Amino acid sequence: MEPVMQTVRYLDDQGHTCQELPLWAHEMEPLLECYRWMLLTRQFDQKAIALQRTGQLGTYPSSLGQEAIAVTLGLAMEPDDVLVPYYRDHGTQLIRGCGMKDILLYWGGDERGSAAGPQQDFPVCVPIATQCGHAVGAAKALQLQGRSQAVACTLGDGASSKGDFLEALNLAGLWQLPVVFVLNNNQWAISVSRQKQCAASALALKGMGAGVRSVQVDGNDVIAMFDELTQALEAARAGQGPTLIEAISYRLSDHTTADDASRYCPQEELQQAWKKEPVARLKRFLTSQGAWTEALEQKWLEHCQHTVNSAVQHYLEYSPQLPEAMFDHLYEDWPTVMEDQLQAFAERRQRRLGE
Amino acid sequence: MSVQDLTMVEAVNLALHRAMAADESVVCLGEDIGVNGGVFRATVGLQERFGEQRVMDTPLAETLIAGASIGMAASGLKPVMEIQFMGFIFPAFEQLITHAARMRNRTRGRMQCPLVVRAPFGGGIHAPEHHSESTEALLAHIPGIRVVIPSSPRRAYGLLLSAIDSPDPVVFLEPKRLYRVQKQPLADDGERLPLDSCFTLREGQDVTLITWGACVRETLLAADQLQERGIAAEVIDVATVSPLDMATLRQSVIKTGRCVIVHEACRSGGIGADIAAQLAEQAFDYLQAPIQRVTGFDTPMPYFRQEQWYLADADDICAAVKAVMDY
Ligand SMILES: Cc1ncc(C[n+]2csc(CCOP(=O)(O)OP(=O)(O)O)c2C)c(N)n1
Repeated sequence: MEPVMQTVRYLDDQGHTCQELPLWAHEMEPLLECYRWMLLTRQFDQKAIALQRTGQLGTYPSSLGQEAIAVTLGLAMEPDDVLVPYYRDHGTQLIRGCGMKDILLYWGGDERGSAAGPQQDFPVCVPIATQCGHAVGAAKALQLQGRSQAVACTLGDGASSKGDFLEALNLAGLWQLPVVFVLNNNQWAISVSRQKQCAASALALKGMGAGVRSVQVDGNDVIAMFDELTQALEAARAGQGPTLIEAISYRLSDHTTADDASRYCPQEELQQAWKKEPVARLKRFLTSQGAWTEALEQKWLEHCQHTVNSAVQHYLEYSPQLPEAMFDHLYEDWPTVMEDQLQAFAERRQRRLGE
Repeated sequence: MSVQDLTMVEAVNLALHRAMAADESVVCLGEDIGVNGGVFRATVGLQERFGEQRVMDTPLAETLIAGASIGMAASGLKPVMEIQFMGFIFPAFEQLITHAARMRNRTRGRMQCPLVVRAPFGGGIHAPEHHSESTEALLAHIPGIRVVIPSSPRRAYGLLLSAIDSPDPVVFLEPKRLYRVQKQPLADDGERLPLDSCFTLREGQDVTLITWGACVRETLLAADQLQERGIAAEVIDVATVSPLDMATLRQSVIKTGRCVIVHEACRSGGIGADIAAQLAEQAFDYLQAPIQRVTGFDTPMPYFRQEQWYLADADDICAAVKAVMDY
């Protein structure tokens, strides 16, 4: 018999508490901070999609509906922890100091977008689940160096079908590595639903087979997410081994701007999912606690809009790289035996620009 | 039989429909190929028509897709597996190299591996990182695998049908920049095209232009421009890059005495290098100028804002032709 997993949650879909809150959540400020970041992430997302629609950005993966996962991870991490992201972690990236302009540069087809962020954080990873190997490697490095930081690795539900993830989980359990896998189960891998991805009743069960402490959490419940993430990261930092967190959420957007989810996503299911989305849920809770008002919301949204708009302006005005930038940073120094490549490029450039 | 004007991606779709209707052992598998019809819509309508048992959305796992395809192929099915983008084919490499390519050889013919790997490839559509590479040379380096690259709706249709018929594993690479640029009248007549012969698209006496994939377009454009300058270029679409039909290439170069090879992939270790080496071996006495290559650079494919600098255009090709003519 397959073990049944309980989903950890503190706030129900309506934003009512459904069990005694952890102590930290009796203070409103940490929750307000989550809320403000979620709104900012959502505004950023909307703007990015608008930029794509008007030809000013490339294909972009929205994080609509999954903001709670990214934001709680960003806030639960210490600055010197290591983030090994996938590509739907805009909220985490923003909190860790990766600028909106830089995120836009990456999705706008400019390598400099990958240069931003804390030194130890890994860049956005598009080849699915390949980042999981890096995460356990980085965790092993921390372990060997006797440091007490944690690695956080994000991935999607589709990624959990790949050997890379299972192999990394196995090693994390075996070597008791300081790593936390945050699996954003947004129910879709492009058009392939969670049910068509895996027969297990919970994806977190995969961690158990690897001897990794595993939990399934309501990924749209900020309190549950922040609480579990904090515990898992603290355990990792304290040398108590890895954790897998399956965060249950729902992708309320298309997979990316290149996708059309109406081809495969049942309209009714989508409507149901909107009733569970994280921003409205936390807002109801905060409002019921007297910690948030419409006036505060309007003021904050204006601030968000201002922040996003000036980042976009910065992005749009950022001067493009020189064409020869493709040769930069490939080797520490361009090998002299490859001078002919630069020569061939110079000729191409001259031909096209007439310079 | 009705003739329709079809794009290349529609021609791929038509060939898949035909092959599946004609032979129950043909199955399709891959990511998002079912309800969604593939991210480029190459498999549209297949699942509706042939059912979920024969048109399978797999879990997200390319090693598995290749491994399972080999198992199916060795057990009487004809799998057509899709790799969503060539940039994600690498997990499948182990299976393709260590098993698909040598199943027949190592079992001394007891087993075979009649599978087709379809994958869109190449740049020029402003796609994100890892969605624009051309790594056909890595595949062409594997003995036992055929590598086929169509560059028009008709060649896509005829070559895909032959690839599915083939008793050997075939990697079928679809230049996505060409998916929708051109329509050709096409009848669903089931006409196959040979898997080991180059296509001479245009005849000429002065210089041989050898290319494949999306570069066929720029090369034909260049040939037009050269014509205006009084240079008659012969344009050959290699199409079946492995095994390679050297006879057609050799004969053309013997005729023209000059050769420019154009490919999108990076320069070093490319298929262009191999063709140039073979021409040097086989047609040295006829060459009136050193063979030139017009290629990408030995760097990662730049993100899309700069990708045009990596991709050769007609002027780049004309410049190389000028160099061989002036030599
Ligand atoms: C190895 C690999 N195969 C295929 C793709 C194409 N692709 C990009 S995203 C995606 C679905 C990923 O789904 P999931 O892991 O659930 O994450 P989500 O995008 O839903 O957050 C696919 C198939 C890829 N990027 N990498």
